[in-house]
Amino acid sequence: MPLHPAEPSSVFRVPLSGALRLRTWGGATCFLLALAMGSFLIGPYPVSPPEVARALAFQFGLVEEGGSEMVRRVVLEVRGPRIAAALLVGGALAAAGATYQNLFRNPMVSPGVLGVSAGAGFGAALGLLMNVTGLGVQGLAFVGGLLAVALALALGRAFHQGGSLLTLVVAGLVVSAFFQALVSLSKVVADPLNQLPGITFWLLGGLHRIDSKALFNALVPIAASGLVLWALRWQVHALAAGEDEARTMGIDVSRLRVVLIACATLMTAACVSISGIVGWVGLLIPHIVRMLVGPAFAAVLPLSALLGGGFLLAVDDLARGAGGEIPLGILTALIGAPLFALVLVRARQAWF
Amino acid sequence: MLEAKALSVGHAGRPPLLEGASFSLARGQAMALLGPNGSGKTTLLRCLLGLIDPQAGQVCIDTDDVHCMPPARRARRMAYVPQAVSPAFPFQVFDMVLMGRSAHLRFMADPARADVDAAQQALEHLGIGHLAQRRFDALSGGERQLTLLARALAQDAPFVVLDEPCASLDLGHQVEVLSALRALKREGRAVLMSTHLPEHALALGADALLIQRHGLAGPAPSEQLLQSELLSSLYGTPIEAVALTLGPAAGRQVFVPLQLHEQGTHRHHDAREKT
Repeated sequence: MPLHPAEPSSVFRVPLSGALRLRTWGGATCFLLALAMGSFLIGPYPVSPPEVARALAFQFGLVEEGGSEMVRRVVLEVRGPRIAAALLVGGALAAAGATYQNLFRNPMVSPGVLGVSAGAGFGAALGLLMNVTGLGVQGLAFVGGLLAVALALALGRAFHQGGSLLTLVVAGLVVSAFFQALVSLSKVVADPLNQLPGITFWLLGGLHRIDSKALFNALVPIAASGLVLWALRWQVHALAAGEDEARTMGIDVSRLRVVLIACATLMTAACVSISGIVGWVGLLIPHIVRMLVGPAFAAVLPLSALLGGGFLLAVDDLARGAGGEIPLGILTALIGAPLFALVLVRARQAWF
Repeated sequence: MLEAKALSVGHAGRPPLLEGASFSLARGQAMALLGPNGSGKTTLLRCLLGLIDPQAGQVCIDTDDVHCMPPARRARRMAYVPQAVSPAFPFQVFDMVLMGRSAHLRFMADPARADVDAAQQALEHLGIGHLAQRRFDALSGGERQLTLLARALAQDAPFVVLDEPCASLDLGHQVEVLSALRALKREGRAVLMSTHLPEHALALGADALLIQRHGLAGPAPSEQLLQSELLSSLYGTPIEAVALTLGPAAGRQVFVPLQLHEQGTHRHHDAREKT
């Protein structure tokens, strides 16, 4: 094999720029575990680290004696599902955002670009108006999100036969605006004492409603979609080169696009249905990850999931630690917006 | 063999830019596509690549219909070097070239050692191994073009299609790209490129294919086809084909648009008389 004499190191180079670096991975995973353990300690009922460890060990059958009933209940039934939900929702939103940014070849799109958040918002508002149960609200939000994206896809096709990406974004914009208007309408007709606060708080996002059943319902579509995205990582990576180029490099772009939109939509709809509308994670996290490890999707996808989960968990800890519940969506925006501005300032020096 | 059979191409819902085009290109040969702006060069290339459907007719590669092939199979036979490229993210040169291996990867697989080696070899082959770690968007136009050519090499396809590979390159880089294309041809690959410079068709020893207002001319060997009269009518301005007789370039053909200088050579004379 002919090698450039001036660059002997090139042979030993890892194929993807900065991808799969052990230190990054180890660091991210350790940080996440520490954060998750620390998160068990936050909240109105004081719990000590040994108590947390014992309750968890008891749950997994490692020890005979699990400490007090109260501590076990706080750790396993209240804080545990909530911590898991924060990791799951943050990770899924960031993974969906990273996918959409590659698909649309635009670093500025978020998981809600095709209207899934607005649709889910309306679904939930409708559920709350009809006074259905918590699980019903989740189901309606999930269906509403899928319906909105289906509408956007149909509309995009009507605008443009071949289905160009730009018309798809415009269609998403139209559908979002429409469903947001419907959300506003349902707020107006809602009973201001019994229903309006519920709708408002749902739309602002929060993880306080989580129980293990809701968590499991969301986990299934998220995990399945996540696995599909991981399987397609190289194709998603090559898609960032451009549509025509990806096609001529052997990628079935039309089919890939359908699969990616389906996966990202399922993930986002599942997230929104249990957490309400939590913005900024899907937009911000992939940027930070690309700054850390470069744009290779095989690295961006899993690290976005890790970092997105960590980010949302930290923000949710803040929401819980601040005493009264501050809605999660408000906090992610309060923290995410300035952080994003900072990332862009740094990125301009680093990339553009 | 890449064959266009009674091919009509154009944008959907509009009259065809080109009708009933039939021509073929074999391995080890080159073809240069010439025509004025908007005549449909890029559209024809995109149709040959299977990116857009023909309005009528067929494109075949070794008797298989290009528009009915799975993309990966097509990509193993035909590679594309586009004209202007802006990847969504700041990829490194090596990453860009490695993407050319997509058609050779198994489902769900990352590039293996062999793919990394192929990408590195493609870079070395074009003498740009030292650019591997540079960021693609920070390269000069010529370096970008060579990178995209390296990606096509890594794709390892017998047919290489290039859309104006020398557009916006300086003379030095034009020479570099053209000699790389000559090397591809020597190695037995087929090279199909669009260009605005008839000299480049000659430099490549290519057959010329002209998209005129009323249909195709050629393909025929460039030396025969590219004559003053045909080029003048093609570009709508008088063009003189001149064979150089003196100096190291003796025997070369150049093409001079007469109205490029105001009133031909007279200006030069006038200036002399005044001084």
